[in-house]
Amino acid sequence: MSTERMVATDQLAPEALHHLADAQINVELDTGDMILNLGPQHPATHGTLRLVVRLDGERVVSADPVIGYMHRGYEKLTEFRTYPQVTTLINRIDWLSSFANEVPFMDAAEKLMDIEAPPRAKYIRTILTELSRIATFLLFLGEMGLQVGALTPAFYGFRDREHVLNLIEAVTGGRFHPNFNRIGGLKDDLPWGWVAECRSVMDIVFEACDTFEKLVAGNEIFEARTRGIGIIPADVGSSYGMSGANLRASGVDWDLRRDGPPYLVYPELDFEVHTHPDADSFARYIVRLEETRESARMVLQCLDALPSGPVMAKVPRIIKVPEGEVWVETENPLGQMGYYVISKGATGPFRVKIRSASFSNVSILPWLLRGVFVPDVITILGSLYFILGDIDR
Amino acid sequence: MELLALDIGWGTTLAIKTIVVLIIIPTGALILGYVFLLKMMSHMQSRLGPMDPGGFHGWYQLVGDGLKFIQKEDVMPAQADRRVFAMAPAVVVLSTFLIFAVIPMGPDLVVKDLDVGVFYALAVSSLSVIGVLMAGWASANKFALLGALRAAAQLIAYELPLLLAVVGVVVQAGTLNLQGIVTAQQDGSIFGFSGLGEPFILTQFIGFALFLVAAQAELTQTPFDMPVAESELVSGFMVEYTGFRFLFFFIGEFGTAFAFAALAATLFLGGWAIPGVEGDWANILGPFVLFAKLMAVAFLMFWVRFTYPRLREDQLQSLAWKVLIPLGLLNLVLTGVFKVAF
Repeated sequence: MSTERMVATDQLAPEALHHLADAQINVELDTGDMILNLGPQHPATHGTLRLVVRLDGERVVSADPVIGYMHRGYEKLTEFRTYPQVTTLINRIDWLSSFANEVPFMDAAEKLMDIEAPPRAKYIRTILTELSRIATFLLFLGEMGLQVGALTPAFYGFRDREHVLNLIEAVTGGRFHPNFNRIGGLKDDLPWGWVAECRSVMDIVFEACDTFEKLVAGNEIFEARTRGIGIIPADVGSSYGMSGANLRASGVDWDLRRDGPPYLVYPELDFEVHTHPDADSFARYIVRLEETRESARMVLQCLDALPSGPVMAKVPRIIKVPEGEVWVETENPLGQMGYYVISKGATGPFRVKIRSASFSNVSILPWLLRGVFVPDVITILGSLYFILGDIDR
Repeated sequence: MELLALDIGWGTTLAIKTIVVLIIIPTGALILGYVFLLKMMSHMQSRLGPMDPGGFHGWYQLVGDGLKFIQKEDVMPAQADRRVFAMAPAVVVLSTFLIFAVIPMGPDLVVKDLDVGVFYALAVSSLSVIGVLMAGWASANKFALLGALRAAAQLIAYELPLLLAVVGVVVQAGTLNLQGIVTAQQDGSIFGFSGLGEPFILTQFIGFALFLVAAQAELTQTPFDMPVAESELVSGFMVEYTGFRFLFFFIGEFGTAFAFAALAATLFLGGWAIPGVEGDWANILGPFVLFAKLMAVAFLMFWVRFTYPRLREDQLQSLAWKVLIPLGLLNLVLTGVFKVAF
């Protein structure tokens, strides 16, 4: 019911209202739409996404995502920081895979300064990036169960992710925000005995993937709840700027680790890019499941090929980046992440544009949510897998 | 009434019965909450669960939780329909108490030995939906309203299979009286061997499965917990309830699980009866036997609850009408044929 009409009926006398009501019943039984605010405080929105959903019964007539509840102004803040300080900020964009956020920015700074990190540093960076991808996806694999109502897988996700986080903590000292990258390399080498530990954790990861495949993906109710729900055709998905596993689940064979400009040691690794033809929520689950396994395999490959040598290149004490601009994009767990860095020769960047994956991934929601049921809204939100920090920055 | 050869006046008996029912349901709810919610679920999810309070495996945790609920501020939404809002939890709990009035715990240990016991139990169990609807409507919250309407919508989907599941038992036992059903199972025989009696689960296994599935929906447990739906409707109809009123819903939830497990144990597993025990001993052991059987059934219910995802409302409807109800009818026809043939 529109607001104008509300005001008008308020001013009528009670008798007139009765007549109005009778008249309406005689014509047809008109049920107005209900506007439901999903969020900003809602367990399914991974933070503070707000969805204004217009409902007819339980069917969604229209849905508008409202973002900005977690806007922290990182693009502006970077202009007042030196290059090494910026890592602290960009750690917190996608907080579940912080290390993967650092990589493209460091890459951009190194490109501008024309420095290259030593091979060992590159390998360790690749390992840590893939570990953070595994940590993120393990959480997703469990949490997707929670979104469709199964409580237990979520705990398995948290439990198995903990092993991976311990690995990251052992190297960097931080579970979530490693802040470990330096321009030209890494702060430290791997701790003693870490490689063997990492290998044994990869076994746990493979086992966890098998568990999720049987417990969640193999569950008939889960299939009934996700198959055919939230179908994103490949052309629609790419026109909304979606990327990452969400787009690969629509059958688009595109992975920046393989197809983008070469970064880290991905060109030397032997890995597969997994796609799924179905383009629904179930496909997104399966693609992420396969990618978790693939990441674990990549970590094992990196461990096998890990070269010796220093982890830090020769870098001046005070870092001044020469004038210039550069665009670096990488394949992050949530999708394509890019930094456009403009330098005017100072100790800090002049302007940084951050392209984060979740923002584009969520922009498809109004199109995607039209006509689905309320439970499917939650399934779709869960399967798109966004992080609020990655949307609002 | 003659209980263990003691003469007790009807007034005293009535008082005892009332107290028993009033104590059993909250106690049962606490036991189920402790054993299954705090311990079994934690074990399944590779967590410890509370271990410290009370010394032995954190048994005191539930008491602490209860005290916590009592201390909490009683928040009522400004827009709420105050009287209905306050009454709703009581209505939900009431239906649980009423079910337990007809469940026999021994040859003489039954609060009210109704001739239409089964019918009565199923009828009062549906009362809780009224409470849920009242809660959802009076909360003046859209999530609560959606949850309550879902509860009402799924009512028909599971009440019918529940009824059909039980009718098979009733046909086989030839009585609606729960005490009579227990006796029928005790006196029955398996292929002429009468030592163990004949629990109806052996012949009514379809009915038992149907009963468990439908009970799961009645209890709003996963996979049919759409009215509560934590990840969608943030606890649905009880989203606005706090403190003591929320505790009522909690007791209602687990108390109903307790009552339904007892009902299933009585209908399909032989109730209080155990082979070779009769007379006064049956009165003494009966409650414990029933409790053991009830816990076995409750284990199945909670196992499913903690494992499965949630169905959608329309999927429940198609499951009920395309699978459960035809199966129930088939079971009924087969039972009738065998009843006449043998």
